[in-house]
Amino acid sequence: MSDNNWRILTRPLIDDNPLTLQILGICSALAVTTSLDTALLMSLVVVCVLALSGAVISLMRRQIPRSVRIIVQITVIATLVIVVDQLLQAYAFELSKRLSVFVGLIITNCIVLGRAESYAMHKGVVASTLDGVGNGLGYSLILIMVGAIREFFGKGSLLNVQILVPTSQGGSFEPLQLMLLPPSAFFIIGGIIWLIRRRRPGQVEKPEFSLRDEREVSK
Amino acid sequence: MNGIFELLLRSVFLDNLALSFFLGMCTFLAVSKRVDTAFGVGLAMMFVQTVTVPVNNLIYTQLLAPGALAWAGLGDIDLSFLRLIAFIGVIAAMVQVLEMTLEFHVPRLHRAMGIFLPLITVNCAILGGSLFMVERSYGFGESVVFGFGTGLGWAIAIVMFAALRERLKYADIPEGLQGLGINFIVAGIMSLGFMAFAGMG
Repeated sequence: MSDNNWRILTRPLIDDNPLTLQILGICSALAVTTSLDTALLMSLVVVCVLALSGAVISLMRRQIPRSVRIIVQITVIATLVIVVDQLLQAYAFELSKRLSVFVGLIITNCIVLGRAESYAMHKGVVASTLDGVGNGLGYSLILIMVGAIREFFGKGSLLNVQILVPTSQGGSFEPLQLMLLPPSAFFIIGGIIWLIRRRRPGQVEKPEFSLRDEREVSK
Repeated sequence: MNGIFELLLRSVFLDNLALSFFLGMCTFLAVSKRVDTAFGVGLAMMFVQTVTVPVNNLIYTQLLAPGALAWAGLGDIDLSFLRLIAFIGVIAAMVQVLEMTLEFHVPRLHRAMGIFLPLITVNCAILGGSLFMVERSYGFGESVVFGFGTGLGWAIAIVMFAALRERLKYADIPEGLQGLGINFIVAGIMSLGFMAFAGMG
């Protein structure tokens, strides 16, 4: 694989992460992360949809009139999502019930439409597919981290394998109920953003106002 | 009557789309810098949600649900897999119609909502509301209440969030947490507050 393609694939992991920097696709991401298995399944689905939609839209980009491009893109994405949804219901029914409406919501996931509009409409098929996979992986990375943290501290298990024995079964681990509730996802992602920006100061947003030192004012 | 009221309270507070299902988060974080724009988006969201959820309910129960086409002699056809694409189409069309109607009849309201009305089409909270309606098999009356309630809940959440953010501009926040990071934490704390309504039922 050439250097350029490698960069397209790996840039969205940390440096240009769709969740923590581009603020895309947060909607459907957080609700499926109460346990690691749903987070993994959701990641897999999103990577597939992103890669395929990138490829299809990139193939069609010369045929799509500019004025109706959004509708065409949404139709392509919706078709892919319906196929994935039906496949999941056929082969992983239990998990698809737990993902509930969030598979369908990939249609309105801004990452998919965002990448289609800003990348696949202008670049070749290979690059667009790689870009889709890369962004999907960047999204998956955060999803899997959040899912692992929430399941480990909330239930003491990973992938439904009990690691810490909870007090209710005679162990010494008190499950953190908060981790299974929605607020914890916000806190964890906030923390992850903080960590990333500590390592990559270039991503820090400039404050709109800065506080002036009192002593300097009085001089 | 009691059940309807309970459903309304539930959809506004406990099942708040933004804070407990994370729906419409992108819009929620992106356009909440100022209270007046947040108010416009909230209003647009309420409008669209109240209209699209019942309309999608009719389309689903009358056309797409298993056995719904029995009146046309096609009782064994199940079109429910088409619901995603049908709902998105309905939402896009309704938003367009609503925009034209408002522009013609209530131009002031239309100006207040501005650019946000078309953006609502790709807001996951709208599609999510319709999908939840199907998943929980609400009837037509319930879907009107549910649509209005979730829209109102989302609007309340974004206006409150924008008010907090206006204050945060003057806060001394650690570097790296500025902007997106602190917004997530604030949304988390708000979500904790809304969780408190869980004891109401």
